[in-house]
Amino acid sequence: MEPAALAETAIPQAQLDRNRHTLNRERRHENWSMLRLTIPALLIVGVLMVAPLLWLLSMSFVDIEGNYGLGNYRLFFSEPVYVEIFLNTFKIALMVTVISVLMGYPVAYLMSILPPKWAGPMMLAVLVPFWTSGLVRTFSWLIILQRKGLINETLSWLNLIERPLTLVHNMTGTVIGMVHIMIPFLILPLYASMKAIDGNLMRAAANVGSSPTHAFFRIFLPLSMPGLIAGTIMIFVMSLGFYITPALLGGGRVKMIAQRIEESLALYPTWGPAAALAVLLLLMTALCLWISLILVRRLSPERVR
Amino acid sequence: MTNSSTTALPVSIQSLSKHYGAVRAVDSVSFDIDAGEFLTLLGPSGSGKTTLLMMIAGFTRPNAGSIRIDGQEIVHLPPHKRNIGMVFQNYALFPHMTVGENVAYPLRLRKIPRAEIEDRVNRVLDLVRLAGYGARRITELSGGQRQRIALARAIVFEPRILLMDEPLSALDKQLRDTMQIEIRKLHDRLRMTTISVTHDQREALTMSDRIAVFSKGRLEQVASPVELYERPESRFIAGFIGESSFLPLHRDARGICFGDQQINLAQDADGVDGDSLLMLRPERLRIVSPGDVTNMDDNLFDGQVVTAAFQGESLLYEVMLSGGQKVFVRAANRSENLRAMPQAGEKVTLRLGRADTRIVRAGG
Amino acid sequence: MESHVSHRERLWLYILVGLVLFFLVAPAIIVIPVSFSSTMAMSFPPSGWSLRWYESFFQQEKWIGALWVSLRVAFGTMILTTIVGVAASYALNQGRFGLRNLIRTTLVAPLAVPAILIAVGVFFIYAALGSMLNTIWGLILGHSVVAMPFVILTMTAGFNSYDASQEMVARSLGANRLKAFLTVTLPQLKFSVATSMLLSFLISFDELIISLMVSSGPMSTLPRVTFATLRDDVDPTLAAASSLMLIVTSLPPLILHLLSMRAARKEGRDAG
Repeated sequence: MEPAALAETAIPQAQLDRNRHTLNRERRHENWSMLRLTIPALLIVGVLMVAPLLWLLSMSFVDIEGNYGLGNYRLFFSEPVYVEIFLNTFKIALMVTVISVLMGYPVAYLMSILPPKWAGPMMLAVLVPFWTSGLVRTFSWLIILQRKGLINETLSWLNLIERPLTLVHNMTGTVIGMVHIMIPFLILPLYASMKAIDGNLMRAAANVGSSPTHAFFRIFLPLSMPGLIAGTIMIFVMSLGFYITPALLGGGRVKMIAQRIEESLALYPTWGPAAALAVLLLLMTALCLWISLILVRRLSPERVR
Repeated sequence: MTNSSTTALPVSIQSLSKHYGAVRAVDSVSFDIDAGEFLTLLGPSGSGKTTLLMMIAGFTRPNAGSIRIDGQEIVHLPPHKRNIGMVFQNYALFPHMTVGENVAYPLRLRKIPRAEIEDRVNRVLDLVRLAGYGARRITELSGGQRQRIALARAIVFEPRILLMDEPLSALDKQLRDTMQIEIRKLHDRLRMTTISVTHDQREALTMSDRIAVFSKGRLEQVASPVELYERPESRFIAGFIGESSFLPLHRDARGICFGDQQINLAQDADGVDGDSLLMLRPERLRIVSPGDVTNMDDNLFDGQVVTAAFQGESLLYEVMLSGGQKVFVRAANRSENLRAMPQAGEKVTLRLGRADTRIVRAGG
Repeated sequence: MESHVSHRERLWLYILVGLVLFFLVAPAIIVIPVSFSSTMAMSFPPSGWSLRWYESFFQQEKWIGALWVSLRVAFGTMILTTIVGVAASYALNQGRFGLRNLIRTTLVAPLAVPAILIAVGVFFIYAALGSMLNTIWGLILGHSVVAMPFVILTMTAGFNSYDASQEMVARSLGANRLKAFLTVTLPQLKFSVATSMLLSFLISFDELIISLMVSSGPMSTLPRVTFATLRDDVDPTLAAASSLMLIVTSLPPLILHLLSMRAARKEGRDAG
């Protein structure tokens, strides 16, 4: 075929218009066939989580007498039992978070500066409890902390105590059990962010005469902040909604929001009070995560590109 | 797979457009490709050349336009129904398959009998000079071998046309030079209609029958390598392909002038206006030595050497003309040029033969 | 990274970290020796050794039944979540449709919602439907909600590190999307898929709160029976049950971790 002949094959406008339609149709078709693939997953999460949460939100405005309004939410301020539960929940979550940070930060720090030969086994020691069922670990703590448990037996054998300490079925036991579950959740993101810190910076600081302590507080700590904040807020949020550990290690004496939600379902004829608690817990969770997102974004060193 | 068993097909692209929001990645591009032609889409990054290739392959859906192979509309077909072979920039060889399985992949999809698959795989491996490599793992291949396997896989099923996206950019310079010749030779044997994308002008000049130059989503010029180099239509093309210096021109009573100097043109002066530039290829400018013969219609420029650089195979001078414009002059490294090599600060006269006087548009 | 602080100066740090690691590991594995105790008293170290609590576990219908329910539910959750999650991740990664961010956020959201709220929600829906309470399918679907984010995150990471031109080249060679996915993409993402399957199995096998709300009696899962037993009476069979749960849930990831560490070391050697 000669070039001249090709020029005459110019396509009429009508054909081009038809093409444009076909292309638009194909585009919509492809988008739909892709979107379709997400529908089964969306149905599972949508029907079993999103829909009931929205329903809980609407139920929270119906009080025990069946009236619409903020009656359930007003309950939180008028009933001292609720005030106590909120204070209790925050107190436990805060204690768990602070202790986890104090114990977890040194581990993550050491892991990030030691050679893989040592960091590998240390990582394993963090991951083993991480993978172990929370229920199994809670049971272990019962064995360790009970009246005739490992700790009490050891202490009395050493003649350090006369009567067994009450370590479990109270707040002490609850906090110990929760800390054990939360520490890996702090160490893992923290370790990841510390690994990303350029070791040259610390060496440079040493070269210009900073003391190791000074270099740590001026350089390493601020650079590890995004990971620290992300981990800290995550375990705080998880602690707020905890159910298993307080139920078992608290021995019914430690009341947190999650237990109260479950109890309210049995306690009241309507779902209202439980729903209001649920909404409140969800709001607190969302708020914390939102704050964490903002802080991490603000503190992260500017990304390249 | 042998010399002429494939029938080459013409490709026609018309009014093809792709917009991303307000950005026109490809802006109503039309051109034809002859049967058996090797056409290269050349342009800087962001010029729309890759988007165009992806539209021909079917991975990017255009907003409007037409793509025809042998008169048959394919613009609405999904990639797997287009029967187009494609070599990707990173080759995209399947790491979980052997070399032979990679090459056999398109044949297996077409339900070809096992014995014939084996036969065709062997023949195409022979063609790319990798016979006996069928059982190797992809990781055992060098960069150049991977390139050839990707090519073999793209042609083994006798596609209607062959596309290549920056086929040599992953190779080092030396290998790139030999592979350019290699691909050219292969194309001469197979005569398959081929469209290649590159930003490397030398690669385009070496391999192509014709080159289509793109800038900002628009087609600037389609021409043979010689035509494009010798008679670029715009300053953009003259600057993008080869080196060039440009001098502003204007028209007065005597004719076409640079400053107050009249210029003898090779071409008709009718189209020349204030928007025109004189294109100076460095290797076409000569430094006039005392013994040189000059013709009446040669254009002569006086100037002063700013820098003189020895670059191995050639000598490069930066010369400031009396009007203040800087131009580059390249002289081949021959003993007479080397002996008379002017130094920085020396006054020289440059000669441009009338046949080498080319005008380009300033726009673009 | 070599440091300008000597090891001796950091001794206190080593001791502190050693104690924390001991605090982390010891309670995770202490149930194993306790489960071999010969006495009723669950103390450590046990005063004598025996297999009587394992015998007790495998002789009681309550425990074997629960183990069987848990295994079936975990298997079902693994299959369902992986298939559905891989399909969704593929579409979210390859598709160009709107709403992608909203859909991705929704599918990952169960990670951020407290488990008790998901459990209450699932219970409500099942109570409204009537027929889903105390069924294997009810448990599988409920567990799929909490396992979904892990599959989506794992697969999204897999797709992000996967070279998209692999699938494009397969399509140019004549494979339709499904064929290209099955023959080229899936074999290369097998590690991500295996991780997704493992995670969803473990999450389901471990799940307690949803099971607590939507199952009871013969449909109870192993964690649910363990929880109830733990709350009501002290039975050393618990130690055997816990040891079994420990082995099922932590052995596979442990092996995976060791394998990946060895692979990383080998890679390091090859590169060096």
